[in-house]
Amino acid sequence: MAADPMMPLGGRTRLAAAGARAATESALRNPNRADRATGAIFLALLLLGIGVAMAGLAAILIWSLIEGAPRLGLELLTNGPSTVRPEQAGFRTSILGSIMVVGGVLVLIVPVGVGAAIYLEEYADRERWWNRLIELNIQNLAGVPSIVFGILGLAFIVRGPLSLGFVAAAASLTLALLVLPTVIIAAREAIRAVPPSIREGSLALGATRWQTIRRQVLPAALPGILTGVILSVARATGEAAPLLLVGAVTFVTFDPSFFEGAYSTLPVQIFNYSNRPQAEFRVLAMAGVIVMLGLVLLMNSFAVWLRNRYEQSW
Amino acid sequence: MNIELQERSQVGMDEGRSGVGVRILTQTPARDSAARGEVVFELEDVSCYYGAFRAIRDIRLAIHENAITAIIGPSGTGKSTLLRSFNRMNDLVPGARVEGKILYHGIDLYDRRVDAVEVRRRIGMVFQKPNPFPKSIYENVAFGPRVAGTKAGLDDIVERSLRRAALWDEVKDKLKSSGLSLSGGQQQRLCIARAIAVQPDVILMDEPCSALDPVATLRIEQLMTELKENYTIVIVTHNMQQAARVSDETVFLTMDEDRAGYLVEHGPTPQIFTKPQNRLTEDYVSGRFG
Repeated sequence: MAADPMMPLGGRTRLAAAGARAATESALRNPNRADRATGAIFLALLLLGIGVAMAGLAAILIWSLIEGAPRLGLELLTNGPSTVRPEQAGFRTSILGSIMVVGGVLVLIVPVGVGAAIYLEEYADRERWWNRLIELNIQNLAGVPSIVFGILGLAFIVRGPLSLGFVAAAASLTLALLVLPTVIIAAREAIRAVPPSIREGSLALGATRWQTIRRQVLPAALPGILTGVILSVARATGEAAPLLLVGAVTFVTFDPSFFEGAYSTLPVQIFNYSNRPQAEFRVLAMAGVIVMLGLVLLMNSFAVWLRNRYEQSW
Repeated sequence: MNIELQERSQVGMDEGRSGVGVRILTQTPARDSAARGEVVFELEDVSCYYGAFRAIRDIRLAIHENAITAIIGPSGTGKSTLLRSFNRMNDLVPGARVEGKILYHGIDLYDRRVDAVEVRRRIGMVFQKPNPFPKSIYENVAFGPRVAGTKAGLDDIVERSLRRAALWDEVKDKLKSSGLSLSGGQQQRLCIARAIAVQPDVILMDEPCSALDPVATLRIEQLMTELKENYTIVIVTHNMQQAARVSDETVFLTMDEDRAGYLVEHGPTPQIFTKPQNRLTEDYVSGRFG
């Protein structure tokens, strides 16, 4: 029978409606307790994880600041190292060495890394076995421990075919090989993120493949590529293990040059100072740690800012 | 917007035969066959394959100058494949090949000596989803001439192209702003301006209005009617009414049992929609399938 909303409800209908209302009310008031509890525990574990990570990071930062604060000053950057007078020792030569080595890495990884990424993304036919092999190799190399690259550098760059000797150029080459897989992977992701419709639009206007890459794909992929490069450079700045094998001598008193002579870098120098028995040297080492952390933090922040500023929304 | 519903005088509303009369919106007088221009494309037994799969077969077709030819048919019948074969965009798909001859002003487009890049400068394309480059409006339109080698006079080329695409008044004060900041309909007109800037002979349009709202669609249809005076236009469309409104000639494709598309009928638009020769065509335009 048709329900007329204006007519009052009959007896059985009223009973049924009341029962439904009671059921709804009880369901709303008593949610499933087991579900709620699981959800809360999960959230607690997540917060615990974040807390531990943040606490660890904070511990390192605070401890370095407390330990190294007494020695923070301009002479840290201008004085050379000294074994006998810790009050006057500084990081000058190793900072210069770091700048040289990292500069060399930058010059090497940008053309090689971006070029390899362009080849793999734009020109390589993914069905061919050799291209798949290259891809596999690059992804594996990204996970190889850095000391292995040190041995590689010693065998082939310092001695062996290249025979550059224990110089800063050899360190640049070694570190470039270390971070190259990361740059290639980051650049590939950036290039892949450019939509195919942009390439199609460009080709349909009569542009050649290379013109499309140079004028549309690369400019659009630039923020991602730059971010990858800066992060890799930040990593290379902090590497010590491979450089110890490639000859970053720990006591260099004169300003280094690129292709000849002994050199040192900041992490290696810190390592050296922290090994000495005198307490003053440990303070000095911590001051060096603060400098290096500051540098790496600066580079990473720049990378993040760059990425956010030029983020593309299609 | 002053659009009049007119019945074309040469072609009556043949209610009896097709079952559904098609009202044709038009602003220009109907073109009769005797006024057809020169042949721009001549297709001789053209088949397109993607690997082993034959997408379209045995197409014999002539496209005329300064006219709008619409390619209609159900989904999957190879309309886009056919369109893309006109400017060698199918070359970009690995495993795609074309058999038969596609003659453009008498030249076989798929001859080994023909450069695909040159082909695409003369035969432009506008895609279904507007795809402006992530650059300024000026740079979007100037891109084509730049890659063709033009260094001077770009300002004039940009203005002329934007005027022809009926976009100049809306963007003349913000040529430096990003192409992506425009509305959908404006972006599509930007893509049309971009295609016009290289001064092509032919403009291919692959469902140019399917991603746009009705108002923008109408604008673009008006634009097409203006453009056909200077360019030859071939348009693929799912929208039968659009084909009826805008085109001078219509090509109807459908699929056979092997899922290969083939050409059922080709003729002047009024005839296809009111007095189709083929039973299949009649069924499609009256909405019985597709």
